Amino acid sequence: MPFTPPPVDDVLAGLADRFGTLDVSVYRGQTRVVVPADMSFDALAWLKERGFDLLVDVTCVDYLEYQDAKHRYGLVYLLASTATNQRLTVRVFVDDPDPTVKSAVPLWAGANWLEREVWDLFGIRFTGHPDLRRLVMPEEFTAHPLRKDYPLQGRGERHNFPVITRDHS
Amino acid sequence: MAMMPSGSGGRIELPENVVVSRLDALANWCRKNSLWPMPFATACCGIELMATGASKHDLARFGAEVFRFSPRQCDLMIVAGRVVMKMLPVLQRIWQQMHEPKWCISMGACASTGGVFDTYAVVQGIDRFIPVDMYVPGCPPRPEQLIQAIIDLQDKIQREGTITGREFDTAGRQLRKRALVELVGPATIDASRNPVLQRELTAAAEAITSRS
Repeated sequence: MPFTPPPVDDVLAGLADRFGTLDVSVYRGQTRVVVPADMSFDALAWLKERGFDLLVDVTCVDYLEYQDAKHRYGLVYLLASTATNQRLTVRVFVDDPDPTVKSAVPLWAGANWLEREVWDLFGIRFTGHPDLRRLVMPEEFTAHPLRKDYPLQGRGERHNFPVITRDHS
Repeated sequence: MAMMPSGSGGRIELPENVVVSRLDALANWCRKNSLWPMPFATACCGIELMATGASKHDLARFGAEVFRFSPRQCDLMIVAGRVVMKMLPVLQRIWQQMHEPKWCISMGACASTGGVFDTYAVVQGIDRFIPVDMYVPGCPPRPEQLIQAIIDLQDKIQREGTITGREFDTAGRQLRKRALVELVGPATIDASRNPVLQRELTAAAEAITSRS
């Protein structure tokens, strides 16, 4: 039996009271709510107050050339409540040229590396992040390689090293 | 010594327990049968590398069982697995820390060519950036293939080696590797997208001007 989390209707009603009507959808038992970027931090703080004490993941999707997509990047916050086992997916859409949202590190310390990874691979800037360095790519790397307009084979970064021959070593 | 010049023609007769050889051949014989591998194992090839060293395949039969994790004690680097661009500077530094004479085996498709990982992060063959003596095909290669590569490398050492390392031009190289600028000449590398490298190049250039 697949795990079916408890319903989150009361949380969604509270969110709508506080932040206005939000786009809510359900897919395979997972409830997603879309929050505008300028109120994403307040909404996450409110949700944490309501018992979503665990930030499971922060990740991102690049919707470049995606059918019927209205925005370029879709941030995904996966929240869970350890008390009630409720689950909620919060989506925040941001766009070029400067995709920016407020950092969730003040709410969940675990967001630190997750947001660094999103910054590294997608180039989403998290304002208020205490240490927004690259997480996985080398520090001298300049691109954000999981963006859809970045070529799979890179722009020559993998060949940009000194050549050590028998004469050099 | 037991060498006795005998009467005519200046011939030397040796006792039965004396063998005459060239010093080069003797050094090669010692070196090829006491290879100490540096296991640079980054992926599934590393598992086969461990199997090669384990009891069933027993690399000790070829004198190469002493895996050392300090490059100062190794003379054979076995690169087993894919090398990503974040790892390549580490690989190059370890290679440079190893003492002469030293050799390198590129084990498996990924180390030799990048394999199926034709992406921005994976180096497409370590021989683009460090010298390689033997390539082992396979994904991953079986231990027998790695053993064959070590046997072939032993043949190569016996054939080409010299006790002074003339084949490596060791003395000439020592003169040339004084400064990093000489190491990464501007012709061999494009540092325009690499701030770290730019810093190192600038620092090395300043070191040279202050020295001269």
